[in-house]
Order: sequence, then C-alpha cells, then structure tokens
Amino acid sequence: MGGVAGFGPVSPDPDEPLFHEPWERDVLAITLAMGARGLWTLDESRFARESIPANDYLTIGYYRIWLQALEDLLSAKAVITKGELERFADEGTVSADRVRCPKPLLQAESVAPALAAGAPVDREPEGGAAKFQPGQRVRARHKESTAHTRLPAYVQSHCGEIVAVHGYHVFADAQAAGEGESPQWLYNVRFCAEKLWGESSARSVHIDCWEPYLEAVSDE
Amino acid sequence: MSHNKPGDHRSHHSHDDEHSPASTHDHNHDHDHSHLDVIAVRVRSLQSLLVAKGYIDPDALNALIDTYENQIGPRNGARVVAKAWHDPDFFIWLNADATAAIASLGFTGRQGEHMVAVANTPDTHNIVVCTLCSCYPWPVLGLPPSWYKSAPYRSRVVQDPASVLTEFGVTLPAETHITVWDSTAEVRYLVIPMRPAGTEGWSEEQLATLVTRDSMIGTGQALSPSQVALA
Repeated sequence: MGGVAGFGPVSPDPDEPLFHEPWERDVLAITLAMGARGLWTLDESRFARESIPANDYLTIGYYRIWLQALEDLLSAKAVITKGELERFADEGTVSADRVRCPKPLLQAESVAPALAAGAPVDREPEGGAAKFQPGQRVRARHKESTAHTRLPAYVQSHCGEIVAVHGYHVFADAQAAGEGESPQWLYNVRFCAEKLWGESSARSVHIDCWEPYLEAVSDE
Repeated sequence: MSHNKPGDHRSHHSHDDEHSPASTHDHNHDHDHSHLDVIAVRVRSLQSLLVAKGYIDPDALNALIDTYENQIGPRNGARVVAKAWHDPDFFIWLNADATAAIASLGFTGRQGEHMVAVANTPDTHNIVVCTLCSCYPWPVLGLPPSWYKSAPYRSRVVQDPASVLTEFGVTLPAETHITVWDSTAEVRYLVIPMRPAGTEGWSEEQLATLVTRDSMIGTGQALSPSQVALA
C-alpha cells in the first residue's frame, strides 16, 4: 500500500501492550506452531493474509487477519474440514481424518532452537552469476497480477540503481504459488524518491528485488 | 474472558446486527465486547481442535508466547547498537555482515535470518517499513508495534517520511537526506541511530539505556543523557 493516500496520520501509542487481547497471543502461537508443520510456506501464509477482501483487511485488525488466514489455510489444506470446528464446539466431536504433515509436531523443548535457527532462504547459486552488479541501472517491471508478488506497485516501471547483491534467495512469487523455492538473485535497488512521487520528503527509497522483477536499462 | 458457550455469543451477536441499525455509544461498546468474545471463543475452539487432532502441542504454544512476551524484544537491538557505538571494529563488522555480527551477541533466527544494518550519519537518516505486510527484525526488536503494521504508516512513510516523523515528535534538519528501506524480501533492516553527544567514556551497558525501539526503526532518535536522567 506504499503511496496510497487517505489513511490519515500515524498514531503511535508509547504505552501500547504487546497484545491487546489474550486471544491475540494465542493466534500468534497457533500460527507459528502450525507453520512449523510444513503444510504451507511463509509466502503462502502471506498470500492468504493479503487475499482477505480489502474492506476486511483494512478494518478487522492485525491478529484477526492472521486468524482469518490461518483458518483459510487450515481449510485449504484439509486440516480442518467443513463444519468440523462447529461440531467440535457444539458436541466435542473430532473427526478421525488427519493430514500428513511434512514436519514433526513442534514440542516445547524444540521452540527455542527452532526460533533461533529460523528458516534462512539463501541458497547455493546455480545457473550462473548474478545478471546485475552494484551501480547498474535497472527498471522494475510492470506486473499486472492477482498472484502473490513482493514487487510493490509504486516502483513498477520506474528506474533505479543496484546497490547490493544480497545473494541467491528463495523466490517468494514461486513459493507462494506452490511452485517450490525457484531461487533467484536478490538485489537491493535504490529509487530516487522524487522520480517515484514527483514531490517527496524522502531522498531515496530502497527495495529488495529478485532478478525476475528487473530489466536492464541501457545507458544513454 | 467468557464463560458462555459459543452458541450464546453467536446468537447474541446476530441479534445485535439484525435489530439495532442505529446504535448508541453504549450499545456499540457492548457490541464490541460481545464481538471480541466471539473471537476469543473461536480462537479457543480452533486451538482445542488442533490440539485434540495432534497438530499442535499446548506446551509449545506457551513456550512461543513466553519467548515473545518475555525473552525477545528491543533490549536485544539496544545491545547491538550500544556495542556498535562502543566498539569501532564491531561497527565495521555490523556494516559488512550484520547477520554474523548480530549472531555473535546471540540474536539469531526467525525473521532475522538475513540482517542488514543501516547507520544514520549527520547527513542521512534511515527509516524502515514493510509496505507489503509487516516484516520486522524479530530477534533484535521483538514483535512490531501496531502503528508499524498500520495502513497510515505503510502507505505514507515511503512518500513523505518527514511528516510521519513529526507524528513521532521528530523533526530533522531540512538538509538531512531521508532514506527509506522497504522490507520487500527476507532481508530485515536495523537502523543504527547516531550516538548522542555527551556520552564519551560511557560503558556499553550505559549506552544501551539510550537506545529506544523507535530509534532502531528510524521513527525516533536515541535518547540524550539528560532525557535518561529525567526518566
């Protein structure tokens, strides 16, 4: 939503609690614990969150977005079947169906090591060197797509300059679509804020872009 | 929060929706609470079902919550910044390979697998956002505050960071260049604020007390010694 007008001022609350309701912490924990089972990737869960209708996305609150996306993923992966949650709440019955999870149950003693390890997304490069080098001019492609992408609309078709080559990283667009990791070179690209916006109090805006987002610009 | 059965909340909620188009303030208040109760029950049911089916372990849920409530937060990042101010070699390492430098202090893992540190200078102020969702460096800052995840911040900070900064009470000299870092991939950014004047000879522990969460996002600056003395 970068550059979209009309959302009003930012309202920082210095005394904000970490969670506003007890159920918010449960939603966080269930989401992380289910995520550890490997039934979906982080990019799939991001896509599930951004697929929530815009009206809801903008109004229901952060952890309700997480809850809705979690429920949608559990349903899409047949972890919870239609009507099962209602039957469980009303009658306490649980269906015998189980989906096989790629990864084992996350147990309490595994939480600290699992969080400390994280899930690095850099991979051993294959298929040749990075196409772009720091200092090179590039243009962010124009992508009309309803699929998951991490290329913000506000830089599309704009020219920028490669600042750094981060490495060879799992490609979010492919992974969100269930097409595997399909790693690509990842770059940091600097865009001139004035060129993006016409008028801006920023000097520059930096974006991380996978190689398929970018095309070369010939020096004139 | 609620001792009622889920069905009670559902019927109560739909009754409000269907028959009270013009709500009073008090009525809205009731409505919000019953609505939140519905969600609390919905979450509890979901959790119980997933536990009953063997997908998640309740002890692991408690451990996850304990981690982010009590163990991981901006004090971690403050230690990184204080060390960078105190130890020039660490500052160089942090700029060259933030992931490794930060890991040397024990801060690693989820949502901080690939770190980049961006240091403020007298000429340049850095500010971090995720316009696409809510990406944030968890191992050093913990979970993000609501405003970081909000539409006003995400939409405006890439275009007009100076006016966003005024909403945080921060005014930079007009000639300061503002650089915005939009966290669009799995790289996470940590701002290294400028070291406040009057801190010569301070220990790392003393310096860490000056480092606020917002100063490491770029929506604030490090505290001055007098601000800490007043607190």
